[in-house]
Amino acid sequence: MEQSKEHMMVAALENGSVIDHIPTSALFKVAQLLQLEKCKEEVVIANNLKSNVMEKKGLIKVSGRFFTEAEISKLAVICPNIRLTVIKDYEVAEKREVTLPETLCDIVKCANPVCITNNEPMKTVFYRKDLHTLKCRYCGKEQNLKDIKLK
Amino acid sequence: MENRSIVSIADYGKEKIQNLLDMAKEFEAHPNRQLLSGRVVATLFFEPSTRTRLSFETAANRLGARVIGFSDPKATSSSKGETLKDTIKMVSNYADVIVMRHKLEGAALYASEVTDVPIINAGDGSNLHPSQTMLDLYSIYKTQGTLDNLNIYMVGDLKYGRTVHSLLMSMRQYNPTFHFIAPKELEMPEEYKLYCQQMGIRYVEQQDFTEDTIADADILYMTRVQRERFTDLMEYERVKDAYILKADMLGKCKDNMKILHPLPRVNEIEYDVDDSKHAYYFEQAQNGLYAREALICQTLGITLEDIKNDRTIIK
Repeated sequence: MEQSKEHMMVAALENGSVIDHIPTSALFKVAQLLQLEKCKEEVVIANNLKSNVMEKKGLIKVSGRFFTEAEISKLAVICPNIRLTVIKDYEVAEKREVTLPETLCDIVKCANPVCITNNEPMKTVFYRKDLHTLKCRYCGKEQNLKDIKLK
Repeated sequence: MENRSIVSIADYGKEKIQNLLDMAKEFEAHPNRQLLSGRVVATLFFEPSTRTRLSFETAANRLGARVIGFSDPKATSSSKGETLKDTIKMVSNYADVIVMRHKLEGAALYASEVTDVPIINAGDGSNLHPSQTMLDLYSIYKTQGTLDNLNIYMVGDLKYGRTVHSLLMSMRQYNPTFHFIAPKELEMPEEYKLYCQQMGIRYVEQQDFTEDTIADADILYMTRVQRERFTDLMEYERVKDAYILKADMLGKCKDNMKILHPLPRVNEIEYDVDDSKHAYYFEQAQNGLYAREALICQTLGITLEDIKNDRTIIK
């Protein structure tokens, strides 16, 4: 029953975005990151929903909002493997797994205090070394995703 | 125009390294020329470093270039809060190549991205120091006649010593065998041991530094064990004298073995070693001049062929 209700919530969206498969512990971090509190249109935030893929999941549905690549990259850093669905005119216009990009431009802050990026007004660049590790283009230091701070 | 900056040489292939070695050899034969007459080399030392600065400035002067720059950031606009980008942009209007030293890691790479004038990294914090690596490679090549299949012993501070890390990475393509001789607290970091494993580089780790443990070395690369690197000062007191090279330790070493040290030394090589035929650290520093002449020319698009055909040599 609950699954079909959830399905209805998604289907009822005329234009907007649905973020699915959010780890329950990361749901409010995602909401904060996307600054959903500033949204004027309808926002649905649901947590602890049953899921076939994971034990429980969070879900966010936002009317009239389409996320930028920068926002999606940030999402990928704080919770990799979420699913993003873009709805236009009640139809699914795009559906994709959000994975960690190979290059992150100005998304992440370098943890190395003597890295040039923390001392100049400039963009950071990080490369994905593996699914859990990013490497700073400038100082070369590697950082684990779980310790990452967003810019 | 292709950016000819030299920020790192860790990823240079054999051919590129050999080309620089051959250029350095030409400059050693004839260091004084007018090859760079009319050119301006800027040396921007945001962090003081007398040795490296003098070496670069001598290299530029001996090739006939003029040198501008500063050796103390306190006397520059960066002390007034000017960004690195703005300083580099400003100097780019004046110079044909910029040699820079900076205390922040990644500063040289960033500088190379904001200007079309080539940048030579003369050290960015504890990150990279390619001209030191180049002079180390040249010293090894010159004394051993090859870079291939050598036993390279690194001694002392292998944790923080960026020269040993850069040398290790640059030697990856020459089938070396490394021996890492260091106290536990300053041993080679895991990431470099992992690098060796990935690259198929053989290495041995040991803490004993004796006549016997160094008998098989072709190159003995000494570094300074610094007190401030230790969290446990009792540990420092225990090991501080264990990594000092003495003349009587050279009895069993190979005839071709040479001792290198990035300098300055404090007490890690005793003065009686200086008279040994194995001591090479002062010549190594001199090789820095030829290596830097090669690096400056490389950034200005001057080829080995140009240098061989150079008619501006001052005899």
